[in-house]
Amino acid sequence: MLAKRIIPCLDVTAGRVVKGVRFVELRDAGDPVEIAKRYDDQGADELTFLDITASSDERDLILNIVEAVAAQVFIPMTVGGGVRSVEDVRRLLNAGADKVSINTAAVQNPQLVRDAADRYGAQCIVVAVDAKRVPDASPLRWEVFTHGGRRATGLDAVDWGRKMQALGAGEILLTSMDRDGTRQGFDLELTRAFSDALDVPVIASGGVGSLEHLAQGVLQGHADAVLAASIFHYGEFTVRQAKQHMAREGIEVRF
Amino acid sequence: MSSIAVVDYGMGNLRSVAKAIEHVAPQCDVVVTADSEVVRRAERVVFPGQGAMRDCMREMDARGLRSAVLEAAREKPFLGICIGLQMLFDFSEEGNTPGLGLLPGRVRRFPPNEMIDSLGNKLKVPHMGWNEVHQAAGHPLWDGITDASRFYFVHSYFAEPAQSDIVAGYSLYPFPFTCAAGRGNLFAVQFHPEKSHEAGLKLLANFAAWQPQRENDTGDIPGSRGVTA
Repeated sequence: MLAKRIIPCLDVTAGRVVKGVRFVELRDAGDPVEIAKRYDDQGADELTFLDITASSDERDLILNIVEAVAAQVFIPMTVGGGVRSVEDVRRLLNAGADKVSINTAAVQNPQLVRDAADRYGAQCIVVAVDAKRVPDASPLRWEVFTHGGRRATGLDAVDWGRKMQALGAGEILLTSMDRDGTRQGFDLELTRAFSDALDVPVIASGGVGSLEHLAQGVLQGHADAVLAASIFHYGEFTVRQAKQHMAREGIEVRF
Repeated sequence: MSSIAVVDYGMGNLRSVAKAIEHVAPQCDVVVTADSEVVRRAERVVFPGQGAMRDCMREMDARGLRSAVLEAAREKPFLGICIGLQMLFDFSEEGNTPGLGLLPGRVRRFPPNEMIDSLGNKLKVPHMGWNEVHQAAGHPLWDGITDASRFYFVHSYFAEPAQSDIVAGYSLYPFPFTCAAGRGNLFAVQFHPEKSHEAGLKLLANFAAWQPQRENDTGDIPGSRGVTA
């Protein structure tokens, strides 16, 4: 049976992995290859690198990181952040990324998703959706935000997910802007709404503060994979501990 | 020095495949190539692929690689990966594309109305992630790999061999489908060994050391038992 995946997420800028709270107070967390290897040793099913670099000069450094990690860590790697063109997708794939995540550019130019999927296959195109609850909406609704959650789009998130799937997204990385950084757990209603509406896999993201939250993402959110950053970065839990917990909850995982 | 050619017909990232082989077989000269002469000279050939099958076939032909690939698949240790497995069969439903016809059978899409697991949960397509690979037959490429080890998959289509004796491995999603097939010097896998951690690296190491027996060149995998989807 297919295992549910646990995916540590690493923020990268200027060639280093950093950790911070909501993009502020960034601190150097170390060498990307060493950190990737550590998660690999712990049994991570995939790795996601998010390039949070602001300047285009530094942006190319992520290619070096992808190359270095791909030469030593033999599990799938997704890279996102600042992907704007099919050329960006090509360069990341050639550097050794297995999947490329597109976020803001998908909203600005949905055709990019179709062009990239047509060229390289849906299997390597992840669309990242940052969603925020619409206050007081009944039934529940969520709106897509871009630019790291700062800009509203007016788009209904579930409709947007369906559209991205139709254009060729092979997977959706779904982040709750309401929960991101709060450690209160995934927005399970959001996760389930996406997972149940879509035929492609959905990765739940945003809000993990405990191992129980990871299990809830699968059991209640129906997520195919769960992504977390801080609980792993700060050494609170290892990926293996997370898997042991999920297995105890009856979730199929890979050891 | 033993040489391994990774056939590059312009469809995506081959660095991972080459790096993984270099990692497990440092004694081998691994070259990513679109040159049919280099493919012909290599002692071993890896045939990867990603994207849509029709595009893969077209790009392979556009680079004049077909005959070198066919020769290699008949003569020397040959490993197909992902679409590189699907291309070996007669035909794919994906874009109604004829394949290379080296293995009998067709490639089908996971049927939407059957993608429900035993608990009633919807299964997603692409089939993406780590699934158990059941070894249907003993084979040198399985050496040292525990039966039902997990490998990394990402695909929406799967091969349905017309002969059960070419099935070397299968996975469940939710029904059994062939994820490894071969005969003689030819072996092919639907999963990505280069992304499958220790089990995948072991399979690649086995490939780098594989000496197919001449007597099996036209025959079946010894001891094979088929699965029917």
